This record gives sequence, structure tokens and C-alpha cells, in this order.
Amino acid sequence: MQTLTINGQDYQVDAPESMPLLWAIRDLIGLTGTKFGCGVAQCGACSIMIDGTVVRSCSTMVSQAIGKNITTIEGTSDSLEALRQAWRDNSVPQCGYCQSGQLISAAELLDTNDNPTDEDIDNAMSGNICRCGTYVRIKKAIKEAVELKKQA
Amino acid sequence: MEKIEMKRRDFVKIFGLASGGLLFGCNVSADKVVVNTLENGISFVPNLFIQLQKDGKLTIVVARSEMGQGIRTSMASAIAEDLEADWKYVTVQQATGDSKFGNQNTDGSRSIRTLLKPMRKMGAMARLILEQAAAKKWNIPVASCKAENHFVKNISTGEEIFFGDLVEEAKTIAIPLDENIILKDKKDFKYIGKKVIRGIDMEDFLHGKANYGLDARFPNMKFASIARSPVTFGSVKSFDTSDTNEINGVEQVVQLDRLIPPAGQFFGMLGGVAVIANNTWSAFQGKNNLNIEWESGSNEIYNSEKFKEKLISRIHKKAKVVPPFKGNVDKAFENADKVIEATYTMPHLVHAPMEVPNALAWVRDGKCDVWAPVQDPQTVRAEIAHFFGFAIEDITINVMMLGGAFGRKSKSDFVVEAVALSEKIKAPVQVVWTREDDIQHSFYHAQNAQYLKGSLDKKGKVTGWLHRVAFPSITSSFKPMSNYIAGFELGMGFTNNPYDIENIQIENAKAESHLRIGWLRSVSNIISGFGINSFVDELAVASEEDAIDFRLNLLGEDKISTEKSPHPFNVSRLKNVLLEAKKLSNWGSKLPEGHGLGVAIHYSFYSYVATVVEVSVKSEKVKVENIYSVLDCGMYVNRDAVINQMEGAAIFGMSLTMFGKISTKDGAVEQSNFHDYQMTRMIDAPNIHVHLVDNEEDPTGVGEPGVPPVSAAITNAIFNASGKRVRSLPLSDHGMV
Repeated sequence: MQTLTINGQDYQVDAPESMPLLWAIRDLIGLTGTKFGCGVAQCGACSIMIDGTVVRSCSTMVSQAIGKNITTIEGTSDSLEALRQAWRDNSVPQCGYCQSGQLISAAELLDTNDNPTDEDIDNAMSGNICRCGTYVRIKKAIKEAVELKKQA
Repeated sequence: MEKIEMKRRDFVKIFGLASGGLLFGCNVSADKVVVNTLENGISFVPNLFIQLQKDGKLTIVVARSEMGQGIRTSMASAIAEDLEADWKYVTVQQATGDSKFGNQNTDGSRSIRTLLKPMRKMGAMARLILEQAAAKKWNIPVASCKAENHFVKNISTGEEIFFGDLVEEAKTIAIPLDENIILKDKKDFKYIGKKVIRGIDMEDFLHGKANYGLDARFPNMKFASIARSPVTFGSVKSFDTSDTNEINGVEQVVQLDRLIPPAGQFFGMLGGVAVIANNTWSAFQGKNNLNIEWESGSNEIYNSEKFKEKLISRIHKKAKVVPPFKGNVDKAFENADKVIEATYTMPHLVHAPMEVPNALAWVRDGKCDVWAPVQDPQTVRAEIAHFFGFAIEDITINVMMLGGAFGRKSKSDFVVEAVALSEKIKAPVQVVWTREDDIQHSFYHAQNAQYLKGSLDKKGKVTGWLHRVAFPSITSSFKPMSNYIAGFELGMGFTNNPYDIENIQIENAKAESHLRIGWLRSVSNIISGFGINSFVDELAVASEEDAIDFRLNLLGEDKISTEKSPHPFNVSRLKNVLLEAKKLSNWGSKLPEGHGLGVAIHYSFYSYVATVVEVSVKSEKVKVENIYSVLDCGMYVNRDAVINQMEGAAIFGMSLTMFGKISTKDGAVEQSNFHDYQMTRMIDAPNIHVHLVDNEEDPTGVGEPGVPPVSAAITNAIFNASGKRVRSLPLSDHGMV
């Protein structure tokens, strides 16, 4: 048994060796907000944060998260709440599937950069594919979330 | 059967609910309201439902699949509009797959086109019943009652009564006569054509709570991953599971035979070797560890690059001439001042929705329950009945949220796999495709080649147009040996070419299929949109005319087509979107060095689109800077969702233009994941500017029509920026990305 701390709560899991975090989170713990997209860290749908740093959970071993704080889309933070508001205001999602990963990647950006430039946003977000093509809205919403966070 | 007298008033029925609430059931079919009678012992079968609870909660049953087009929000808001509902009380319930709901097939950009009127009428009917209930309660004429924002108001006294408080009274109200049902005036709209405040699923999306197919969960459920033949329709010769059995979590390995559908319907399944495990990861690992020897079969001859050459040689010879014929192209070419020819090619494409194909099935006690992200749940249901022998009423298709679909999830193969496995292992099992499975075993958009030949007279007027096209038909997936393009595919831009040219000839050339061929967002409009818009641009260059003026002239006189159609083609609307795009893009203004604008227009799914693209070309590398798209889809419901669809279509079209290529070697698909089947990412995303034409026309398609013009608008812009004419896609083949 291993203990994973996700969004402040402890979960006991018995994960097979070499099982990536994605599947421990989805299949063993049952938090299904984190999505499977490619399995090879190409699309970003499975993005989570470990101690504040974004990782692709499909390619990160369970052992790398033991004793650390995992944040998933089911979690919350000042940055995530500001982003959620901006996502609502801009009706960002279409199918919504990639948006868990988009929000997590954007949350790390807002946590670490008070004034991201367009280039900063492109760099932070280009690991996340949106097949529906909502990039224009995501970018606009991130800029608005930066302002919302400042006002808060 | 005895003749039944149809009564117009009986298309709606009110039911009491166990909760004390009220259920309005209405029967609608496509564009018209179908009337059923309650008398003569014939049971009335409603297919559109609205529930009103005493707490005011209004639940609308949505019988279309949600895949990002926002249909759950749009259908709910269309009904809420004429019902005068307050949006904060509105929720939706997803319908299971059942023919009682009418056509549920969510494709062809048709939901709002066919359902807007009946949905509005249903809302208006419910509103009138609530007004009548209030009139009865207050003992005043119904004319003195007006529903507004979830209350009915007494116009003379200003007194108000909440919708929820009218539930009991409404049960006693006779169904209003059809002629008394009045739709709201457009100027009073709160939801239709406006930005809806809150998408029905928004909070779920933002908190990871939306339930996609892949999120279906049961205690002790199993997970399956299936190895399928690399060559389409190959079969298992032998397999060894010893390395698979080593994987912790793997429980069993099951061989699945291919299920071949009867000619003309259904999808069947490919078959292969399935690894069953107690979690997805172990199933994936178990599959990777299988040692399988495949019998490749006849499709191993398929090398897509060689096949492209074959298609090109075929379109360079005379092929089957198909209607409509007009004039005599040979004469036009003989008498021409200039003759222009060009050949265009595009490879196979795959949908690659972010959520891979998947399905959870549970066969028990003679019943079959499915939880899956499907566009066409009734076909899935019928297909399960066909292959596994269940009675149709013993099959329940729970339609989950679709994490993108683009046509892939219209096909039921992945559900059939799950049912076959659940039947064998007698447990709930979720079949999960890996991304590699998705890229390598799809129903592909067809590889294609087009040859166009046009003639110009001395004044630069187009006098002749020959269009020869070859691609494996979708029909081949349903009927083997279908080696020519089907009429419905040619009807997507080829035989309904919008230009007014005296001599036109369309030819259909042979193309065998060696992969499963399917439809992908906007289908063969992608092919016609690229070929025709590229060639018109070449003609405009040859005639030394402005690309937009040239198109406007070529479209000819304003007229409305006389062909039989629910929405006859109106050339003035196509001209109008082109003029609007000209304005939106500042066409003709001076651009920076190395930049160029390109234009394309396309009519599909009864909607009119013009797209202008600005690219920059530096050291042979293309960057898409701006995309300007104008859509005339008639009346629309959720303005912001329509704009979002157009933005998404621009990115979708851009992805296929820049990178889209599925190729095969010895029958096997060469690409496997997003590293070699690439998508446009944020760093490459242009600014996108969308304009919607406002008019009173009937609603037409939205989800697909934005895609077809994008490719040619990009390549035409590249020509204007650099002088290089790109006639084969994707641009990555030319080292341009």
C-alpha cells in the first residue's frame, strides 16, 4: 500500500509497479477528472500538479508522488478559481475533455508568473492539445484570470 | 390496421409524476409535428419531454449527443425561450438510445436545423398550459395572464404566481388547440441568438465532473485492451500470452473474431486479441506484451504513396461522367483563349478526438447495458440486437458525454467489442482504445486526387470546367467492392458546384479501399472545398483579376435554386458572406512583407461560409497569422457557441492543412500518436475573427460548414505571400511547417 495525497486528502492505493499516476488516480482511486489522451506525454490531457509543478500523469510513476501534494482538477487554489471564472466568462470549453489539463497547466503559469506575456502563455500551454480548437478563448481567459487574481 | 383520425391537439400529453411534478410529452419528428391520437386505444408515444417540478426545476430531456457543439445547452435554451423559463431552473437529462425519441443520430450538422421549430412549439405549448392554469386559478380570462421568467403574471393586478405552484392546476388543463400556440416574437428573445449566461455543463467541465464514456465506473468492473491486426481485416494466426500473464492485474486473454456487418448497414468489429485486467494500465501492458502472428490478408498490398500515384493516373484519363451535365466542355476547351489545368491531392485523415473510443458493457440476465460516448445510440442498439440476439427492449444505451467525436463516434465498432467481451467474461467490462489504436484502426477520411481543367475566353470569363475526382467511398465500409464515389459524397461540393459556368463536366474515377473509410467533420466537402477553391484561385490569377471580384462574377446572377430541398441554395447569400469576409479582413489593404491573404468560399450543410486567411512565409515556413470567417447559418440559437464552433473549425481545418496525413506501408498505418499525427497547438494558433450574418432564414448547419474553406484559403494565401502554389497537402510534406 502506498499513500497518495490528492487535493489535501490521503488515499491508500495498491498500485502495480510502474503504473503511472494517471491510472492510480482514475482506476484505483476513482477521481476521473484527470483525463487519458495519449499515454505518452504528448497531449497534456492528464496534467496534474505535484508540489506545484505540472507533470503529465500518464508518464509519471506513482513512486514520484509519494509524500508530496498532488493537485488535480477536482482541487482548488486561488489561481484555479480565477481561471474558472475567466473560463465561464469566455465560454471556453467545447467538448470539455482537455479542459482539466488546460486549467492545470494555466494554474501553474498563474502561480509562478504574475504578468505572463503572450509568449509565456504560448510556452506554458503548447503542451496541451485541444482538438475542438478553443485556443483563442483559452488565451483570452488566461489574460483575464491574471487580472481577476490581482483584484482578489 | 384501422384508420385513425388524427387530431392536431393531441401531439402533446401531460403526465403526473410520482414526485408530484408534471411531465409534458410531445411527439415531433424532423421538421414537422407528428400528431398521434389518445383515443381508439392507440397509445401516444411522446419523444420530446419537459418535466416541471413543484420547486420550479425544469428538466429537458435531450436526445442528441453532446460532443462539444453545445447541443444540451442549445436545445434547453430553445425550449426555455418560448416557455418563458428562468435559466437558473433549467437542467437537462440525457436520453438513452431509443427510437421513441425520433432520430437521435448526431451528425450532419442537423440537430438545430431540424429541431428548432418543434422545440420552440413545445415550449410555447407548455407556456400556454401554465397561463391557462393560472387563469383557472385566478378565475380570469387567459388573455389576462402572461408568463414571464418562470412566473405567470396577472396583467391587470400585477399579481404573480410561480411556475412550480401551477403544477397541480396544469394537470387539469385541456391540451390547447394548435392554432392557439403562438411563438415568441424575435425581438423578445432572451436566449435564442443571445449569449447564454451559463452552459449547462460548464461547472462540470471546470471541476472534472463531466461524465464522459471513459469515466463510467462500476465496482469490480474490468478493463480491456484489444490488439487488432495492423493490416485492415487481417486475422489472428496464433498468439502467445506468456508475457502478458506476467503483468500484475491481468486476468484473462480472450480472442475475438471479426464481426462482419450485413451489407448496407452497421459497422461490425475488427476482432483481435483482448486482454482483460482489473485496471486500464495493466490491460494496456498486457496487450503490449502479447506475441501475435497475424494473417494480414489482401489489404497488405496497400501503400498509400503508391496508391496516390495510381489515383493521379486515373484522374488524368477520362472517367465516368456523372450528372448534372452542362454544355460541352470539349468545345469550350477548343475555343478557349487560355486553358488551365491542375491536380490536387490530400491524404487520409483521422478524427483523433481527445477522448479515445471506449465503451462499458454489462451483459447479465438476458439484458445488455452500455455506457458509451456515441453519436448514434439507436444504430448501436440495433447493431447489438443484430449481432448478439437481444430483444431491442433489453438493450439500454446510456449516452455519456463525448470527449470530441468528429464522426468517429458515429461508428459502433468499439461498443460491439465491449458487448462481445462482456458476454464472454460475464462481467462489466470497459474497452479502452489506446491513442495508437485510435490512429491505426479508425474509419478514415479518404485519400483523394482531383484534376481540374478550366478555360477562359479573351475577356477572362470562365467558359468550361472539368472536374475529375477519385477517392475510396464511405460506401465501401458498408458494401465491399464499392469502387466509385457515391452520389451523396459527390453532392458535397462537386455536383453542386455553385459557380455559373456554361460548360461543366464532373467525372468520377475508380478508387478501391484498403482501409475502413468513414466520415470526418464535413466529409467530402473537405476535398471539394480544397480542389474547387484552389482552382478558382488559379483561374483568377490567369485572368489577372482580384480573387474576390473574380468569384463574385463567377457566381453569376442572384437566384434561388429550384431543386427540391428543405433549404434551396441561394447564391446571393454566398456572395454576401464573401463580401462580409472582404470587409472583415480589410481585403486589399497593404500587408507587411512576406504576408499574403487567401480567400475561399463553400456551401455545405445548407450554410454559407467565406474564409479569408492571412499567412506569413519566411524562409519557406508558413505561419497562419489571422483567420477571418463569415457564416450565414440562418437563425441560430446560442450565438457564442456558434462562434466557438467556427473558431474550432478554423483550427480543425488548419491542423489538417498543416499536418494531417495518415499513410500506410504494406497495409499498416504508419502514424501512431500525436508526435507523428500532429495537431495545431496554441503556439501556432492564429487570431480568429468570426462574423455571423443575422437574418430571418431557417436555421442550417453549424458544426461542420466552417471546415471546408480553410485549406484552400491557407494555400491561396501562401501563393499570394510567396508565389508558391501548393497543390498537395499537408504542408508538412513540403517542409513548410
